[in-house]
Amino acid sequence: MSEAIEQTNAFKRGVKDSIPVGLGYFAVSFALGITMKNAGLSAIQGLIISFLNNASAGEYAGVTMIAAQATYIETALMVLAANARYLLMSTAFSQKFDEKTPMIHRWIVGFVLTDELFALGVRQKGSLDPKYYYGMMAIAMPGWAVGTMLGVIFGSILPARLVSALSVALFGMFLSVIIPSARVNKAIRAVVIAGFIGSFLFTVVPGLNQLSEGVRTILLTVVIAAIAAYVSPVKEEDL
Amino acid sequence: MSRTVIQIIIMTLMTYVVRIIPLTLIRKPIKSRFIRSFLYYVPYVSLAVMTFPTMIYATNSIYSGILSFAVGVILTWNNASLPKTAVFCCLTVLISELLFVH
Repeated sequence: MSEAIEQTNAFKRGVKDSIPVGLGYFAVSFALGITMKNAGLSAIQGLIISFLNNASAGEYAGVTMIAAQATYIETALMVLAANARYLLMSTAFSQKFDEKTPMIHRWIVGFVLTDELFALGVRQKGSLDPKYYYGMMAIAMPGWAVGTMLGVIFGSILPARLVSALSVALFGMFLSVIIPSARVNKAIRAVVIAGFIGSFLFTVVPGLNQLSEGVRTILLTVVIAAIAAYVSPVKEEDL
Repeated sequence: MSRTVIQIIIMTLMTYVVRIIPLTLIRKPIKSRFIRSFLYYVPYVSLAVMTFPTMIYATNSIYSGILSFAVGVILTWNNASLPKTAVFCCLTVLISELLFVH
Protein backbone atom coordinates (compact mmCIF):
# COMPACT_ATOMS: atom_id res chain seq x y z
CA MET A 1 0.00 0.00 0.00
CA SER A 2 2.59 2.55 1.09
CA GLU A 3 4.76 1.40 -1.80
CA ALA A 4 1.87 2.02 -4.21
CA ILE A 5 1.46 5.55 -2.86
CA GLU A 6 5.17 6.15 -3.24
CA GLN A 7 5.04 4.99 -6.86
CA THR A 8 2.12 7.28 -7.70
CA ASN A 9 3.99 10.12 -6.05
CA ALA A 10 7.10 9.43 -8.10
CA PHE A 11 4.99 9.60 -11.28
CA LYS A 12 3.29 12.79 -10.12
CA ARG A 13 6.61 14.34 -9.15
CA GLY A 14 7.89 13.55 -12.62
CA VAL A 15 4.84 15.23 -14.17
CA LYS A 16 5.28 18.32 -11.99
CA ASP A 17 9.04 18.67 -12.48
CA SER A 18 8.80 18.34 -16.24
CA ILE A 19 6.15 21.02 -16.89
CA PRO A 20 8.83 23.67 -17.66
CA VAL A 21 10.46 21.07 -19.92
CA GLY A 22 7.18 20.49 -21.75
CA LEU A 23 6.73 24.25 -22.28
CA GLY A 24 10.32 24.70 -23.41
CA TYR A 25 10.00 21.71 -25.74
CA PHE A 26 6.85 23.17 -27.20
CA ALA A 27 8.69 26.37 -28.13
CA VAL A 28 11.80 24.66 -29.47
CA SER A 29 9.90 22.01 -31.41
CA PHE A 30 7.65 24.68 -32.87
CA ALA A 31 10.75 26.27 -34.41
CA LEU A 32 11.87 22.82 -35.56
CA GLY A 33 8.49 22.35 -37.23
CA ILE A 34 9.09 25.49 -39.28
CA THR A 35 12.39 24.00 -40.48
CA MET A 36 10.59 20.78 -41.38
CA LYS A 37 7.96 22.63 -43.35
CA ASN A 38 10.72 24.36 -45.32
CA ALA A 39 12.28 20.95 -45.94
CA GLY A 40 9.04 19.83 -47.55
CA LEU A 41 7.83 17.55 -44.77
CA SER A 42 4.15 17.21 -43.83
CA ALA A 43 2.68 17.87 -40.38
CA ILE A 44 2.16 14.13 -39.85
CA GLN A 45 5.75 13.37 -40.83
CA GLY A 46 6.90 16.08 -38.38
CA LEU A 47 4.78 14.55 -35.63
CA ILE A 48 6.14 11.07 -36.30
CA ILE A 49 9.78 12.19 -36.51
CA SER A 50 9.53 14.03 -33.19
CA PHE A 51 7.60 11.25 -31.47
CA LEU A 52 10.22 8.70 -32.53
CA ASN A 53 13.39 10.77 -32.13
CA ASN A 54 12.90 13.18 -29.23
CA ALA A 55 16.12 14.97 -30.17
CA SER A 56 16.51 18.60 -31.18
CA ALA A 57 19.98 18.67 -32.76
CA GLY A 58 19.63 15.14 -34.11
CA GLU A 59 16.30 15.87 -35.77
CA TYR A 60 17.57 19.14 -37.14
CA ALA A 61 20.57 17.36 -38.64
CA GLY A 62 18.39 14.65 -40.15
CA VAL A 63 15.85 17.08 -41.60
CA THR A 64 18.64 19.15 -43.13
CA MET A 65 19.91 15.97 -44.80
CA ILE A 66 16.44 15.10 -46.11
CA ALA A 67 16.09 18.62 -47.53
CA ALA A 68 19.51 18.28 -49.19
CA GLN A 69 18.54 14.95 -50.82
CA ALA A 70 21.45 13.34 -48.99
CA THR A 71 22.34 9.67 -49.23
CA TYR A 72 21.24 7.28 -46.46
CA ILE A 73 24.84 6.95 -45.25
CA GLU A 74 25.22 10.72 -45.01
CA THR A 75 22.02 11.00 -42.97
CA ALA A 76 23.12 8.21 -40.66
CA LEU A 77 26.52 9.81 -40.02
CA MET A 78 25.13 13.31 -39.46
CA VAL A 79 22.51 12.09 -37.00
CA LEU A 80 25.13 9.99 -35.24
CA ALA A 81 27.45 13.00 -34.88
CA ALA A 82 24.64 15.23 -33.60
CA ASN A 83 23.63 12.64 -31.00
CA ALA A 84 27.00 11.25 -29.94
CA ARG A 85 26.91 13.09 -26.61
CA TYR A 86 24.13 10.71 -25.56
CA LEU A 87 26.74 7.94 -25.41
CA LEU A 88 28.22 9.78 -22.42
CA MET A 89 24.88 10.54 -20.81
CA SER A 90 23.68 6.99 -21.36
CA THR A 91 26.83 5.67 -19.68
CA ALA A 92 26.33 8.01 -16.72
CA PHE A 93 22.65 7.01 -16.55
CA SER A 94 23.51 3.29 -16.60
CA GLN A 95 24.92 3.83 -13.10
CA LYS A 96 21.78 5.60 -11.94
CA PHE A 97 19.67 2.43 -12.28
CA ASP A 98 19.38 -0.07 -9.49
CA GLU A 99 20.87 -3.39 -10.63
CA LYS A 100 17.58 -5.10 -9.80
CA THR A 101 15.42 -2.80 -11.95
CA PRO A 102 14.07 -4.92 -14.83
CA MET A 103 15.77 -4.35 -18.20
CA ILE A 104 12.57 -3.21 -19.90
CA HIS A 105 12.79 0.09 -17.99
CA ARG A 106 16.24 0.77 -19.45
CA TRP A 107 14.89 0.18 -22.95
CA ILE A 108 12.00 2.61 -22.42
CA VAL A 109 13.98 5.31 -20.59
CA GLY A 110 16.71 5.10 -23.24
CA PHE A 111 14.14 5.85 -25.92
CA VAL A 112 13.57 9.32 -24.43
CA LEU A 113 17.02 10.04 -22.99
CA THR A 114 17.03 13.77 -23.75
CA ASP A 115 19.37 16.41 -22.31
CA GLU A 116 16.60 17.87 -20.18
CA LEU A 117 15.13 14.65 -18.78
CA PHE A 118 18.67 13.40 -18.17
CA ALA A 119 19.34 16.59 -16.21
CA LEU A 120 16.25 16.05 -14.06
CA GLY A 121 16.93 12.33 -13.70
CA VAL A 122 20.48 12.67 -12.38
CA ARG A 123 19.24 15.27 -9.89
CA GLN A 124 17.24 12.56 -8.10
CA LYS A 125 18.69 11.25 -4.85
CA GLY A 126 19.79 7.60 -5.00
CA SER A 127 18.86 5.33 -7.86
CA LEU A 128 16.34 6.37 -10.48
CA ASP A 129 12.70 5.37 -10.04
CA PRO A 130 11.47 4.58 -13.58
CA LYS A 131 7.99 5.83 -12.56
CA TYR A 132 9.46 9.29 -12.04
CA TYR A 133 10.88 9.14 -15.55
CA TYR A 134 7.56 8.00 -17.01
CA GLY A 135 5.85 10.97 -15.34
CA MET A 136 8.29 13.27 -17.13
CA MET A 137 7.79 11.46 -20.44
CA ALA A 138 4.01 11.92 -20.13
CA ILE A 139 4.50 15.70 -20.28
CA ALA A 140 7.66 16.09 -22.33
CA MET A 141 6.84 13.76 -25.24
CA PRO A 142 3.47 15.31 -26.22
CA GLY A 143 4.96 18.79 -25.76
CA TRP A 144 7.72 17.92 -28.20
CA ALA A 145 5.73 15.98 -30.79
CA VAL A 146 2.61 18.19 -30.85
CA GLY A 147 4.78 21.33 -30.83
CA THR A 148 6.59 20.08 -33.93
CA MET A 149 3.36 19.31 -35.73
CA LEU A 150 1.85 22.71 -34.90
CA GLY A 151 5.12 24.33 -36.00
CA VAL A 152 4.71 22.75 -39.44
CA ILE A 153 1.08 23.89 -39.65
CA PHE A 154 1.14 27.34 -38.05
CA GLY A 155 4.85 28.19 -38.43
CA SER A 156 4.50 31.90 -38.86
CA ILE A 157 1.65 32.82 -36.51
CA LEU A 158 3.24 32.70 -33.03
CA PRO A 159 4.64 36.18 -32.20
CA ALA A 160 8.42 36.36 -32.55
CA ARG A 161 8.74 37.92 -29.08
CA LEU A 162 7.05 34.94 -27.50
CA VAL A 163 9.25 32.45 -29.36
CA SER A 164 12.30 34.44 -28.30
CA ALA A 165 11.26 34.44 -24.63
CA LEU A 166 10.37 30.74 -24.57
CA SER A 167 13.66 29.80 -26.16
CA VAL A 168 15.53 30.32 -22.87
CA ALA A 169 13.24 28.10 -20.76
CA LEU A 170 15.36 24.98 -21.23
CA PHE A 171 18.57 26.81 -20.39
CA GLY A 172 17.03 28.20 -17.21
CA MET A 173 16.34 24.61 -16.32
CA PHE A 174 19.91 23.53 -16.99
CA LEU A 175 21.12 26.31 -14.69
CA SER A 176 18.86 25.10 -11.91
CA VAL A 177 20.50 21.68 -12.16
CA ILE A 178 24.14 22.78 -12.16
CA ILE A 179 24.34 26.03 -10.14
CA PRO A 180 23.02 24.87 -6.72
CA SER A 181 25.56 22.01 -6.74
CA ALA A 182 28.28 24.40 -7.93
CA ARG A 183 27.55 26.60 -4.96
CA VAL A 184 28.17 23.91 -2.35
CA ASN A 185 30.87 21.84 -4.11
CA LYS A 186 34.16 23.45 -5.16
CA ALA A 187 35.07 20.80 -7.74
CA ILE A 188 31.66 21.09 -9.44
CA ARG A 189 32.00 24.88 -9.40
CA ALA A 190 35.37 24.52 -11.13
CA VAL A 191 34.05 22.19 -13.86
CA VAL A 192 31.01 24.39 -14.49
CA ILE A 193 33.17 27.52 -14.88
CA ALA A 194 35.64 25.59 -17.05
CA GLY A 195 32.68 24.41 -19.17
CA PHE A 196 31.39 27.98 -19.62
CA ILE A 197 34.83 29.36 -20.53
CA GLY A 198 35.79 26.43 -22.75
CA SER A 199 32.49 26.57 -24.60
CA PHE A 200 32.81 30.33 -25.07
CA LEU A 201 36.34 29.90 -26.51
CA PHE A 202 34.99 27.30 -28.94
CA THR A 203 32.58 29.88 -30.33
CA VAL A 204 35.11 32.71 -30.78
CA VAL A 205 38.49 31.13 -31.59
CA PRO A 206 38.90 30.81 -35.38
CA GLY A 207 39.09 27.17 -36.40
CA LEU A 208 37.52 25.89 -33.19
CA ASN A 209 34.33 27.79 -34.02
CA GLN A 210 33.95 25.70 -37.18
CA LEU A 211 33.16 22.63 -35.07
CA SER A 212 29.50 21.72 -34.58
CA GLU A 213 27.87 22.15 -31.20
CA GLY A 214 27.67 18.38 -30.80
CA VAL A 215 31.41 17.91 -31.30
CA ARG A 216 32.13 20.84 -28.99
CA THR A 217 29.99 19.33 -26.24
CA ILE A 218 31.68 15.95 -26.47
CA LEU A 219 35.27 17.25 -26.61
CA LEU A 220 34.88 19.64 -23.70
CA THR A 221 32.90 17.19 -21.59
CA VAL A 222 35.45 14.40 -21.99
CA VAL A 223 38.48 16.65 -21.38
CA ILE A 224 37.11 18.64 -18.44
CA ALA A 225 35.44 15.70 -16.68
CA ALA A 226 38.60 13.59 -17.09
CA ILE A 227 40.82 16.32 -15.63
CA ALA A 228 38.39 16.81 -12.75
CA ALA A 229 38.23 13.06 -12.07
CA TYR A 230 42.05 12.95 -11.98
CA VAL A 231 42.61 16.09 -9.89
CA SER A 232 39.63 15.71 -7.60
CA PRO A 233 38.43 12.08 -7.47
CA VAL A 234 35.07 11.83 -5.77
CA LYS A 235 34.85 10.26 -2.31
CA GLU A 236 33.01 6.94 -2.23
CA GLU A 237 30.16 8.28 -0.08
CA ASP A 238 29.43 11.04 -2.63
CA LEU A 239 29.07 8.68 -5.60
CA MET B 1 8.66 2.91 -49.34
CA SER B 2 9.46 6.51 -50.17
CA ARG B 3 12.97 7.91 -49.67
CA THR B 4 11.69 10.24 -46.97
CA VAL B 5 10.21 7.38 -44.96
CA ILE B 6 13.49 5.45 -45.18
CA GLN B 7 15.40 8.58 -44.08
CA ILE B 8 13.07 8.91 -41.08
CA ILE B 9 13.66 5.28 -40.12
CA ILE B 10 17.44 5.79 -40.38
CA MET B 11 17.28 8.90 -38.18
CA THR B 12 15.24 7.06 -35.56
CA LEU B 13 17.54 4.04 -35.48
CA MET B 14 20.74 6.10 -35.24
CA THR B 15 19.26 8.19 -32.41
CA TYR B 16 18.06 5.18 -30.44
CA VAL B 17 21.31 3.22 -30.86
CA VAL B 18 23.56 5.82 -29.18
CA ARG B 19 21.10 6.24 -26.32
CA ILE B 20 20.47 2.61 -25.62
CA ILE B 21 23.85 0.89 -26.00
CA PRO B 22 25.63 2.03 -22.81
CA LEU B 23 22.39 2.03 -20.82
CA THR B 24 21.61 -1.61 -21.55
CA LEU B 25 25.14 -3.02 -21.79
CA ILE B 26 26.55 -1.53 -18.57
CA ARG B 27 24.34 -3.07 -15.94
CA LYS B 28 26.74 -3.50 -13.06
CA PRO B 29 28.14 -0.67 -10.94
CA ILE B 30 31.48 0.47 -12.41
CA LYS B 31 34.32 -0.21 -9.94
CA SER B 32 37.04 2.14 -11.15
CA ARG B 33 37.13 5.25 -8.98
CA PHE B 34 38.45 7.31 -11.89
CA ILE B 35 35.60 6.34 -14.22
CA ARG B 36 33.03 6.80 -11.48
CA SER B 37 34.41 10.26 -10.76
CA PHE B 38 34.47 11.03 -14.49
CA LEU B 39 30.81 10.05 -14.84
CA TYR B 40 29.96 12.06 -11.71
CA TYR B 41 31.24 15.21 -13.43
CA VAL B 42 29.79 14.47 -16.90
CA PRO B 43 26.30 15.97 -16.33
CA TYR B 44 27.64 19.19 -14.84
CA VAL B 45 30.20 19.79 -17.60
CA SER B 46 27.93 18.83 -20.50
CA LEU B 47 25.04 20.98 -19.25
CA ALA B 48 27.40 23.91 -18.60
CA VAL B 49 28.82 23.61 -22.12
CA MET B 50 25.35 23.41 -23.68
CA THR B 51 24.05 26.40 -21.69
CA PHE B 52 26.78 28.97 -22.25
CA PRO B 53 27.15 30.79 -24.56
CA THR B 54 24.27 29.17 -26.52
CA MET B 55 21.70 30.69 -24.14
CA ILE B 56 22.78 34.27 -24.80
CA TYR B 57 22.51 33.74 -28.56
CA ALA B 58 19.12 31.99 -28.35
CA THR B 59 16.99 35.14 -28.12
CA ASN B 60 16.28 37.96 -30.58
CA SER B 61 18.83 40.20 -28.87
CA ILE B 62 22.12 39.18 -27.26
CA TYR B 63 21.45 41.66 -24.43
CA SER B 64 18.21 40.03 -23.38
CA GLY B 65 20.06 36.71 -23.58
CA ILE B 66 22.87 37.91 -21.31
CA LEU B 67 20.36 39.42 -18.88
CA SER B 68 18.36 36.20 -18.79
CA PHE B 69 21.52 34.16 -18.17
CA ALA B 70 22.48 36.49 -15.29
CA VAL B 71 18.99 36.25 -13.77
CA GLY B 72 19.10 32.46 -14.07
CA VAL B 73 22.49 32.19 -12.34
CA ILE B 74 21.52 34.55 -9.51
CA LEU B 75 18.18 32.80 -8.90
CA THR B 76 19.62 29.30 -8.92
CA TRP B 77 22.59 30.37 -6.76
CA ASN B 78 19.93 31.32 -4.22
CA ASN B 79 18.23 27.94 -4.68
CA ALA B 80 15.17 29.11 -6.61
CA SER B 81 13.03 26.19 -7.78
CA LEU B 82 13.31 24.84 -11.29
CA PRO B 83 9.93 26.08 -12.63
CA LYS B 84 10.46 29.50 -11.04
CA THR B 85 13.88 29.82 -12.67
CA ALA B 86 12.58 28.81 -16.10
CA VAL B 87 9.65 31.25 -15.87
CA PHE B 88 11.79 34.17 -14.68
CA CYS B 89 14.38 33.58 -17.42
CA CYS B 90 11.58 33.76 -20.02
CA LEU B 91 10.01 36.83 -18.41
CA THR B 92 13.39 38.58 -18.36
CA VAL B 93 13.70 38.13 -22.11
CA LEU B 94 10.10 39.13 -22.81
CA ILE B 95 10.18 42.28 -20.67
CA SER B 96 13.66 43.45 -21.66
CA GLU B 97 12.89 42.97 -25.35
CA LEU B 98 9.55 44.82 -25.03
CA LEU B 99 11.40 47.71 -23.39
CA PHE B 100 14.58 47.91 -25.41
CA VAL B 101 14.29 46.01 -28.69
CA HIS B 102 12.11 47.52 -31.40
